[in-house]
Amino acid sequence: MTTTSPVAPDSDSRATAPADSDADSEPSSTAWTRKHLLGLEELSRDEIIAILDTAESFAEVSDRSRKKVPALQGRIVFNLFFENSTRTRTSFSLAAKRLSADTQDFTASVSSLSKGETFIDTAKNIEAMGADVMVVRHPTPGAPHLLAQHVSSSIINAGDGAHEHPTQGLLDLMTIRQAKGRIEGLTVGLVGDIAHSRVARSNIQGLLKLGAKVVVCGPPTLVPRGMERLGCEVAYRLEDVLPRCDVVNVLRIHFERQQGGLFPSVGEYSQFYMMTQDRVRMAKPDLLLLAPGPINRGVELTPEVADGVNSAILQQVKNGLAVRMAVLYLLSGKMDARP
Amino acid sequence: MGELALPTIHVTGGRIIDPARGIDQVGDLWIRRGRIVPTGSVSDEAEIVIDARGKIVCPGLVDLHVHLREPGNEEDETIATGGASALAGGVTTVACMPNTIPPIDTQAAAEFVVLQGRRARQANVYPVGAVSKGRKGQELAALGQLVAGGAVAFTDDGAPVADAGLMRRALEYSKMFDLVIMQHCQVPELTVGGVMNEGFESMRLGLGGMPAAAEDIMVARDIRLAEITGGRLHIQHISTARSVELVREGKARGIKVTAEACPHHFSLTDESLRAFDSNFKMNPPLRTADDVAAVIEGLKDGTIEVLATDHAPHAREKKMRELDQAPFGIVGLETLIPITVKCLIEPGHLTWPEAVRKLTINPAELLHIPKGTLRPDADADVTIIDATTTWTIDPSQFRSKSKNSPYAGWEVRGRAHTVIVGGEVRYTLGGIVQNGVDSPR
Repeated sequence: MTTTSPVAPDSDSRATAPADSDADSEPSSTAWTRKHLLGLEELSRDEIIAILDTAESFAEVSDRSRKKVPALQGRIVFNLFFENSTRTRTSFSLAAKRLSADTQDFTASVSSLSKGETFIDTAKNIEAMGADVMVVRHPTPGAPHLLAQHVSSSIINAGDGAHEHPTQGLLDLMTIRQAKGRIEGLTVGLVGDIAHSRVARSNIQGLLKLGAKVVVCGPPTLVPRGMERLGCEVAYRLEDVLPRCDVVNVLRIHFERQQGGLFPSVGEYSQFYMMTQDRVRMAKPDLLLLAPGPINRGVELTPEVADGVNSAILQQVKNGLAVRMAVLYLLSGKMDARP
Repeated sequence: MGELALPTIHVTGGRIIDPARGIDQVGDLWIRRGRIVPTGSVSDEAEIVIDARGKIVCPGLVDLHVHLREPGNEEDETIATGGASALAGGVTTVACMPNTIPPIDTQAAAEFVVLQGRRARQANVYPVGAVSKGRKGQELAALGQLVAGGAVAFTDDGAPVADAGLMRRALEYSKMFDLVIMQHCQVPELTVGGVMNEGFESMRLGLGGMPAAAEDIMVARDIRLAEITGGRLHIQHISTARSVELVREGKARGIKVTAEACPHHFSLTDESLRAFDSNFKMNPPLRTADDVAAVIEGLKDGTIEVLATDHAPHAREKKMRELDQAPFGIVGLETLIPITVKCLIEPGHLTWPEAVRKLTINPAELLHIPKGTLRPDADADVTIIDATTTWTIDPSQFRSKSKNSPYAGWEVRGRAHTVIVGGEVRYTLGGIVQNGVDSPR
């Protein structure tokens, strides 16, 4: 995958072209061809690596004193959020701004959606305002895919129901690759509410494509059947899998997406699945602990664990910015030219 | 048109398939004053001559499961547009479901449907009455008055009769009319939040699932209720492998249970939902390849005796929504013949006479209506099918008011060429000689 250096236009640049030295990476001659980022399921291994490599070069931009590059100058990036979010929306906004795009937030609560307008109409209005990119979060799986068929803007899926959250999956991959130097051959545990988690699905797609072993672990009511067919191992007892894990990604319980009654109580859930110091000690000493956030301290993990040496939670946030810059940058080559 | 004004029609040289009489032969068909008449009994010249050489001539198709949306949702379909859609699909008689607004749960409501059907002068329209008052699933609707209003069966379709006690009473009480209770089998508690079949695909897509077991459990329950009551149970839109097995077992034990299958349940699987297109969202949902195979097997061995569409029109603005917001259902009347040809006849699962039987005399007998045969003196409802010309399904050309079809772009064979209802040509693609002149389309 050849991608031109995203940071070259900055005269202050210390960066060169994205590093292609990663052990997981095989050079490929295909250029970036996608207009939308809808999920990791449809991406090839090479495409995922191209995004990660591009993100690495952008991570460097974040460390500079002047953090802006002109790649998306004159472009408009709209955040269309039909579901609450603070960090993902902020991260996308900041990523777009660092690429010199103009950004605008659109939140469903202040929109005319309450007046009966369909979300496709809403998106068409935003398209008419000149949006080059729409970053879409929606409670319904497939909503960004539907928009991609109805508007000419590039669509980035920022989370569609329990389906995918590709930039979260990518930032998790990036964080793992930074910490471990590789992804292939690692054992990654995804713990908690697998059934309602888009982060789980994007993680599974990305991790399996890059050669990791994935173990999903949670109460049987939160681990849908058929996970094995995707290529995952399924476990119900955390203690059984922890000693083998190089990485554990602790997923949030999605109370808002559940029908209710899927486990007896939060207390009982924590008893079986909360990452505690004791449980961390059962794992490998260099266990990498991820959590997509927002985390429920005292439910999915204890404060000591969240802030402990194994935790990469803040590094994830930082990498999220770089990944989103990389995605915006790569898609910008495919955006419609405007008169 | 008064009976005396109806033309004499001569259908020449077609392959006449009339399963009710075991007929499958090339020949002529004569129609006079709205009735089928024996060949040779007509001395006068035919006013209309239809050249049916190379085509199939069969009784007008009977679809016992359609939603015409009138009254209440005329933006989706009306009895007139639904009737026109039926004709374009070769269907001359429909039984329409009572989940309208208000529901068809009174004699007056049933009579309204009958009246609108007559006014529309398209397909014959028979109302199916609700099982429960207001389709609320609590107390029996006035079944006897519904019959007086023209109802030919009862159902709360759209929703199941969930209460086992009420279902038992309905099966018992309906015996005095010898009419079927049509059941949309689905345990509601197991399908809350469901958008598609529960399984590998729903897991991957993160969409709410409706397990096959939700159907199986109610099919099993209701077959047992039919057994203890002696009532007539009809399983609507059967979609799961286990349900087919249960019906097969029930029949073997002599229980009065019948079943229908819809084209989408023998032509598509839940993998279609990967496109996140609401035209693949229906209830019961598209199932797995194993279920499709079982439905086809059930059609082959006679476990499923009826083909029906579950024609469920929804206006574009309703379907063009997020998958969980969009309503369930697809239009089916105008794709009934081609999908049956493509998925049942061409692969060799059913012969033409076997398929025509499930589309004519079987549903007519199930409803006890005098339709579905070309027997002399029968109502002259005739469908002439061009079984060979390839065409492309284009929902924008449908006569239905709604275009929510999953089959857009399919290359198919088999479509209604000319459709006669009550001795009157009500639909044709052309090729009719009327009074010696080619009639306009």
